[in-house]
Amino acid sequence: MFMEEILLNKPGEKIILLGNEAIVRGALEAGVNFVSTYPGTPASEIGDTFFRIAKKIGVYFEYSTNEKVALEAGIGASFSGLKTLVAMKSFGANVALDALLPFVYTGVKGPTVLVMADDPSCHSSAQSEENCRGLAYLAHILILEPSDPQECKNFTRLAFQISEKFKIPVMIRTTTRVAHQKMPVKLEKLPEKGAKLLKGRFVKDPKKFVTLPPRVLEMKKELLEKIEKIRQFSENSKINLIQGATLDKGIITSGISYLYVMEALKDYNPPTTLPLAKGERAPLNLNLPVLKLGFFYPLPEKKIQNFIKSLKKVLVVEELEPYLEKEVERLAKNANPKLQIFGKNLIPEVGELKPEIVISAIAKFTNKKYPISNIQYPISIPKRLPQLCPGCPYWLVFSAIKKAVDTKEVIFGGDIGCYMLFGTPALNIQDYLSCMGSSVGIAHGIKKATGQKLIAFIGDSTFFHAGIPALINTVFNKSNPLIIVLDNQTTAMTGHQPHPGAPATPDGIKIEEIVKACGIKNLKVIDPIKQEEFVNAVKKFLDKKEVSVIIARRPCIQIKK
Amino acid sequence: MYPDKKMRQFNMLIVGTGGQGQITLLQILAEAALLEGYDIKTSELHGLSQRGGSVEVHLRFGKKIYSPLVSQGKADLILGLEMQESLKACYYANFKTNFLVNKFIQPISLVKNLTKEEVLKNLKKISKNVILVPAAEICQKELGTAVVTGVYLISLASFKNLIPIKSSSILKAIKKLIPEKYLELNLKTFDLAKG
Repeated sequence: MFMEEILLNKPGEKIILLGNEAIVRGALEAGVNFVSTYPGTPASEIGDTFFRIAKKIGVYFEYSTNEKVALEAGIGASFSGLKTLVAMKSFGANVALDALLPFVYTGVKGPTVLVMADDPSCHSSAQSEENCRGLAYLAHILILEPSDPQECKNFTRLAFQISEKFKIPVMIRTTTRVAHQKMPVKLEKLPEKGAKLLKGRFVKDPKKFVTLPPRVLEMKKELLEKIEKIRQFSENSKINLIQGATLDKGIITSGISYLYVMEALKDYNPPTTLPLAKGERAPLNLNLPVLKLGFFYPLPEKKIQNFIKSLKKVLVVEELEPYLEKEVERLAKNANPKLQIFGKNLIPEVGELKPEIVISAIAKFTNKKYPISNIQYPISIPKRLPQLCPGCPYWLVFSAIKKAVDTKEVIFGGDIGCYMLFGTPALNIQDYLSCMGSSVGIAHGIKKATGQKLIAFIGDSTFFHAGIPALINTVFNKSNPLIIVLDNQTTAMTGHQPHPGAPATPDGIKIEEIVKACGIKNLKVIDPIKQEEFVNAVKKFLDKKEVSVIIARRPCIQIKK
Repeated sequence: MYPDKKMRQFNMLIVGTGGQGQITLLQILAEAALLEGYDIKTSELHGLSQRGGSVEVHLRFGKKIYSPLVSQGKADLILGLEMQESLKACYYANFKTNFLVNKFIQPISLVKNLTKEEVLKNLKKISKNVILVPAAEICQKELGTAVVTGVYLISLASFKNLIPIKSSSILKAIKKLIPEKYLELNLKTFDLAKG
């Protein structure tokens, strides 16, 4: 009996929610009208949940072509007065960045919340270990950082309130261990509304919506003034919270790191089963004061200064780059110049944190013994890498490529999707990999620079997302890579979301029509199960003087069932 | 039985390979723990990392739980759906950790795999509480499918008191979470584990 528990309207009741689902619930409680997204781990379940429920509850939802388009759609809805949510993963934020900066200048009409999900340790992220906190400095975007699903829900609600109050978009930054964490979440009331969509209205107001100079510089000034007002709000906000005793040592933290800090301070006991080394102190048994920051931007600077004023030592516990630590260093110059600041000297900058890393850092910070002993692996265990599913149509493409060309001689461009696994040692046909759509863009550059033989792979959803401008560039600036569009009729890697070429209705946009419209003559659409035809097409197209495209069309084995 | 008699917290992992249903098992156990009034945290991974690779999910419950990840050396129970993956999870084990492991090896291509005997011998070096059950084989034989292996193992863990959740709560959670058309099979699996 699958019911949509997320729609349960029983205030005070607790239900188990994933961080991403809790964001959805928070948006529903806030009365969201318009939601857009492009799928990307670890943000995908936000869109997937709305995809299931939106029609029933009078919320407009779309999977947009890419994150920039998703944000622009959201901006349009906000300008028209609707409550809007836009969700994406970290790399999507890069794609959307061009639209983000002016949106922070113009501000919102309908309250707008953006969710940007980072993936420390790159569990499902090929291209870089990104930290979206940096956007605060670049875009002056407000950033709230929840630690767990309850905060995901509460902070999303709060973000809508802040957005409404200050007429500015607010970003919720999550990380994998927040977005993919579950816990019982206490519900609040859902607003009464039917299944009918709310219509907004765009009211002309060029002074607000047009960022043309010289107005744009006035807007920047207004924005900076607004940020200082919001800083006052942040100073008084309960989500920036001091807890614990008053001592001469303290901890400043936020997001998932806060949970590991509390684990170390409150919840940690050594396994009673482990023999303690001679003289080893068992529990850390500490009650250090902790400043937990719910706001990353704007920071409550006075609150931080008050917290560090009476400390001798402070430990900043944060994942990835030391943004917070640098801020504390800056604030300590006035508030407490003698303060000893610890952070990245005890905590790694690469990879996600784990409770034992934080426990160890706090032990060192407080001159206690690290209470966990290492178990040595008794034997070396072979590594199990992700791989293409049995029956995946990409196996057929791989097989045809091996038959058609000397893989040592040809350069293979990879892109973002399941076919990244062409780069695993067993397959080994991927010579570069960067960001969405780049297999084609970089192919053009290599072709121009070298003239070497090159095959660029790109998936169907990725083609629509960012492949088309790069394809047009190969025609406009005349290069001749062979582009193989791996068309499995879905956005497979992130959980089979629809895309413009494979919507639920059969009137999708055909990739071959786009290719033809670019004037590309060397074009074939082949089901890779027809190996001979595929092999011949690859051989023929690889020697062409103009760009060639093979669309390898066969549905993902997971949706075929 | 448990390191902490007051059940301040219980730490467990379910390990295996992508597609073995870890996330559903986690959902069932979390729901059952909620029925018993515990605070709960879980951690799981989605996306590319699932595609046939190693998958480990974490479940912690007790009076008040902060971290969604089990700390190194703190697991009370490691439930292994695959033997080599179970051995990998020894990072989280101490010598009293209970291992409940499916007697099954999913071979890793292109490398030398460990044998069942090698895995068992080494698991026993880590913990004195290792239980190896041919769960997939039993489910295949009795129910005609190994797809319910995980549900068999979590039910078994409850009947064997390896997890401080009443089997009746697990049954309730199965009834709540498993879609209608698979429910009968899962209820049979639960009964099979009861023995």
